[in-house]
Amino acid sequence: MVRALHSARFERVHIMGWRPIIKSRRDWEDVVPHLHDYADVRAAFSWEKAFKELDGLPGGRGLNIAHEAVDRHADGLRRDHLALRWIGKTGETQDFTYARLRELTNRFANVLQQLGVGTGNRVYALTGRIPALYVTALGTLKHRGVFCPLFSAFGPEPLRARLAIGEAGVLVTTEALYQRKVAGIRDALPHLRHVLLIGDNHRPSHVPGTLDFHLAMEQASDRYTIGPTAQEDPALLHFTSGTTGTPKGAIHVHQAVVAHHTTGKLALDLHKADVFWCTADPGWITGTSYGIIAPLTNGVTSLVVEEEFDAERWYRILQDERVTVWYSAPTAIRMMMKGGVAPVHKYNLSALRFLASVGEPLNPEAVVWSLDAFGRPFHDNWWQTETGGIMIANFAAMDIQPGSMGRPLPGIEAAIVRNTEEGSVEVITDPDMQGELALRPGWPSMFRGYWNEPERYRKCFVDGWYLTGDLAKRDKDGYYWFVGRADDVIKTSGHLVGPFEVESVLMEHQAVAEAGVIGKPDPIALELVKAFVSLKDGVEPSEALRRELLGHARSRLGAVVAPKEIAFLPSLPFLPSLPKTRSGKIMRRLLKARELGLPEGDTSTLEN
Amino acid sequence: MAAQTEEVIRQTVIRVLGEIAPEADLATLKLDVSLRDQLDLDSMDFLNFVIALHQSLGVDIPEGDYPKLATLNGCLAYLSSHSHPEV
Repeated sequence: MVRALHSARFERVHIMGWRPIIKSRRDWEDVVPHLHDYADVRAAFSWEKAFKELDGLPGGRGLNIAHEAVDRHADGLRRDHLALRWIGKTGETQDFTYARLRELTNRFANVLQQLGVGTGNRVYALTGRIPALYVTALGTLKHRGVFCPLFSAFGPEPLRARLAIGEAGVLVTTEALYQRKVAGIRDALPHLRHVLLIGDNHRPSHVPGTLDFHLAMEQASDRYTIGPTAQEDPALLHFTSGTTGTPKGAIHVHQAVVAHHTTGKLALDLHKADVFWCTADPGWITGTSYGIIAPLTNGVTSLVVEEEFDAERWYRILQDERVTVWYSAPTAIRMMMKGGVAPVHKYNLSALRFLASVGEPLNPEAVVWSLDAFGRPFHDNWWQTETGGIMIANFAAMDIQPGSMGRPLPGIEAAIVRNTEEGSVEVITDPDMQGELALRPGWPSMFRGYWNEPERYRKCFVDGWYLTGDLAKRDKDGYYWFVGRADDVIKTSGHLVGPFEVESVLMEHQAVAEAGVIGKPDPIALELVKAFVSLKDGVEPSEALRRELLGHARSRLGAVVAPKEIAFLPSLPFLPSLPKTRSGKIMRRLLKARELGLPEGDTSTLEN
Repeated sequence: MAAQTEEVIRQTVIRVLGEIAPEADLATLKLDVSLRDQLDLDSMDFLNFVIALHQSLGVDIPEGDYPKLATLNGCLAYLSSHSHPEV
């Protein structure tokens, strides 16, 4: 009885506590949002019309992302407009106009040409956020290679897996990263023919078996004509994590640029005079779709900041660069919240017009805090590696329900579905019902496959819906609310970690019999990777062994994938070994329930 | 007395780093190079590092001062000037 009353009260607080943030015309005195009226713009929208905002290759030779991002501006009135401003770790800046970016990306396309790299070949980049990364991405697209970014904080094992699965033919990296992470695995990568190294401290690099990136660039011509590019030609390969098995390489095609451009305009409200800052690393898809492509196709100035998060440095950059549109992530926003509003108010952030967030659900406290801190709310939006671009968003001219991911983009049909016993899905039309978030296929940036895994791709589609793997609800006003993952994939600091990848590395260690990895709820990162380990017979748990396992996992996986916590199972008297299904699969959900002290639910498929 | 305090601080910083990144060879740590770069710390690791320093040494570290802890020398200077050995 007490419990029922308590939950009823909680529900009231929940509904009453977060008032919607109402938008009015006063919010856009100077710049009228592109999506000024949700219903009107949505009704009038078609992807065919959106396509017409792009130029296409001259002479009707098709559609190429790099042409839309760079060359069409370099050929036109925006040739001398600042395309990229790079801010290095020590505060130094490098500026690239659209004309300059065309020269550099032409050079890199010629480097690939001279190396004999064929179209469709995978060109990987493994660097921090340095100018060469952006040149590599766009030059590869010009050459009609497939660009695949790798996160520089990955350890050797995630790198090896991703380079091997995509059969990387070319890798651009720095000398330091190569020596630390790639040299030791290169023998396991027979497809990797060319490695281009960026020397440390601007010095040329002389590592055997590699080429110097800058020397190759200097020797290449700055003129290049993009060859015929079909809309369905593969352009980008982005890895993401599943519950089981190896990482999946989601393939996107050149047609995706229609969605990059349109969502940049409608969801991020990019206008020609904007200074845009996407804080994401191109190693994750946000940093490519919105850190490279969308701002450039929209012809704005895009800021690239090499250094990692640091609240006051960020405020200073927002002030000094007069950033107008800012796209960041909940983990960073919650870290800023820890510091309070006072540090923010030391800076003049009057140029800021629109703030957006992606990576994991932005909690209502953070939305409301941002209104206090910046005078503007963060607008949460939702999408994933497979969707290639923003699918559901809070828009500049639409009221915000704090905690909601917003409403579907024009051109995007979303639904909440449930599985039926016959193995099909049915749409849930009643509001506020939990189900799996599904999207109707057919938008331009939808993934076209998982690299070399047609079966895994096929399983994502049921009855004409793409199933996202995210659980959500839709309210009566059409706003979507994230509930959790339908599978065991861990959402941490804005990216996905596959438990299997972590478990495999832990089980390499001679002391480990079994490992189960879950996401442990965390107020800053949403979830933290936590591993439960059972030891082989005769091995005693100890603090020294725990640290050895943590060190092993960090060396192999890198800090962003490795567990933050490791627990030995024998230390829990009620849990003699890892709970398993009859098929032997570890029941991570049960581990999670135990970790959280929740009811364990149906354990009928467990051993014993 | 002051020298001993500095030694305690140094040992504490090294111990906390060793708990977060046990694989690291802390004997070769460079004094003026970013700890995050040298030890492959992500933002959550760095946050845990600061929290552990606060708990071990009783020094209050406001968010705005986090950048001052970016290097080993930075940590030693900041924590020495903010700790109260008499307490």
